[in-house]
Amino acid sequence: MREFQFARAADPAGACSAAAGAGRFIAGGTNLLDLMKLEIERPEKLVDISRLPLDEVEETPEGGLRIGALVPNADLAAHAAVRMRYPVLSRALLAGASGQLRNKASTGGNLLQRTRCYYFYDTAMPCNKRDPGSGCGAIGGFNRIHAILGASDKCIATHPSDMAVAMRALDAQVETLKGDGSTRSIAISELYRLPGDTPEIENVLEQGELITHVVLPPPPPGRHAYRKVRDRASYAFALVSVAAIVAVEDGRITSARLAFGGLAHMPWRDPAVEDLLVGQAPGEEAFRRAADKLLENARGYGGNDFKIPLARRTLMATLHDIAGGRA
Amino acid sequence: MRLTVNGQSHDVEFDVRTSLLDLLRETIGLTGTKKGCDHGQCGACTILVNGRRINSCLTLAAMHEGDEITTIEGLGSPDGLSPMQEAFFEHDGYQCGFCTPGQIVSATAMLEEAGKGWPSHVSASLEGEMRLTPEEISERMSGNLCRCSAYPNINDAIAEVAGGKS
Ligand SMILES: Cc1cc2nc3c(=O)[nH]c(=O)nc-3n(C[C@H](O)[C@H](O)[C@H](O)COP(=O)(O)OP(=O)(O)OC[C@H]3O[C@@H](n4cnc5c(N)ncnc54)[C@H](O)[C@@H]3O)c2cc1C
Ligand code: SF4
Ligand code: FES
Ligand code: FES
Repeated sequence: MREFQFARAADPAGACSAAAGAGRFIAGGTNLLDLMKLEIERPEKLVDISRLPLDEVEETPEGGLRIGALVPNADLAAHAAVRMRYPVLSRALLAGASGQLRNKASTGGNLLQRTRCYYFYDTAMPCNKRDPGSGCGAIGGFNRIHAILGASDKCIATHPSDMAVAMRALDAQVETLKGDGSTRSIAISELYRLPGDTPEIENVLEQGELITHVVLPPPPPGRHAYRKVRDRASYAFALVSVAAIVAVEDGRITSARLAFGGLAHMPWRDPAVEDLLVGQAPGEEAFRRAADKLLENARGYGGNDFKIPLARRTLMATLHDIAGGRA
Repeated sequence: MRLTVNGQSHDVEFDVRTSLLDLLRETIGLTGTKKGCDHGQCGACTILVNGRRINSCLTLAAMHEGDEITTIEGLGSPDGLSPMQEAFFEHDGYQCGFCTPGQIVSATAMLEEAGKGWPSHVSASLEGEMRLTPEEISERMSGNLCRCSAYPNINDAIAEVAGGKS
């Protein structure tokens, strides 16, 4: 591990000023230290934010929840209001990592864990994300876990978070604080970037911008589900996952929210897929058209071709589970 | 810096890059906690910080000033085994023993989590009653790998302690 300066922040404003220039925040450390040990991440300065008083889950006046950036994944999954009103979020969190990791992983750190792949970890291989301009080891290589939507010829990695997929379906807002004291609220749909020509830039946050909270709007109507398909039954990243919230009234779908993990450089959501479902009777026909729409521009890279039918089946099975309409 | 480990306080000096795992093993000399992968993947390094189980390889010692740290040595001693240690003995919950300290510390904290009613990925309901079935135990212990695959006996040992508790 490279040497770094270390500072502990006393309050959020202090954290931002300590991070001005080249500082990196460390919360749970489960992603950052993993990468620092391999010298893939080489921060000059670490700002320890783990003791900032951002560890509460509060009710908002609108009927939603405001989650502190340092609430551990384990606590968020077990929180009574989340279990009762946002089960898709509890389920997504519980499907991620292990008990030990969830105790440490924070809400903010989970959102900002690196989009990555195994070539990113292997410093003997080219990787445009780790070393811009060096090429992508995964394109033309072993790419079983890689993206089928929104990728570029520079990078085909996927965002590994389960939690962020549920938050995307829930239209979460990410609140931040900058070094100049200003704050902003970023829709989760605007937080992440597709790889394009600069896969090393994964989100829209500025240097030293601290996530303070994640706000969930009031829970949308309907039944919730999070389904994750992976290579082993537990403690593995998603090959494909879907967070779904679907309401059915009088035999018609009245609202549908669908977000996907394992398919793209960021949690994926396509309003056109949801629009196709609304107004339809739940059933094979409607679900197939939704899956066709989702995968219209999907592209496999050899090793991950199987994800196209897998995403289709995972979506359709999940819709059958929560909206019915099985023949 | 001052660290409290198994109820004893230690004044320690170290390179800021030191993981809590390396500090416990190399500086303080508590070698019960094992290093398997050093990347959060195996659970051999599981310890308790303020009663919660974490991977000590993926955290910096410098981040734990004032925290209450408990290692396998703090759970029991050869002549005063904890119930979980006792159960691993009785059920032969190991072969080579390398993963065992991590398994025991993890299982001890896992029972606390279950006692608080925390659901898991395999719980049928997020709100209802939860019983620690073998399936629940396996899921909740999935962060602890065993290369010798002593899983059936590990599971039995934990089930016995869980059964005694409820
Ligand atoms: C073996 C293993 C298996 C895993 N499996 C899964 C899985 O199945 N599903 C899944 O979803 N995840 C999985 N993870 C990833 C895990 O969820 C993340 O490592 C964790 O959520 C990161 O949170 P953290 O608080 O530890 O982040 P840190 O490592 O502390 O930080 C990560 C990044 O976020 C930045 N950051 C942190 N907090 C803030 C903030 N408040 N404001 C601005 N920037 C911030 C840091 O600077 C850093 O760049 C796994 C990890 C491991 C090691
Ligand atoms: S897919 Fe992205 S992260 Fe993986 S090797 Fe290619 S550039 Fe690097
Ligand atoms: S050594 Fe920490 S999880 Fe493997
Ligand atoms: S007993 Fe050998 S690794 Fe578990």
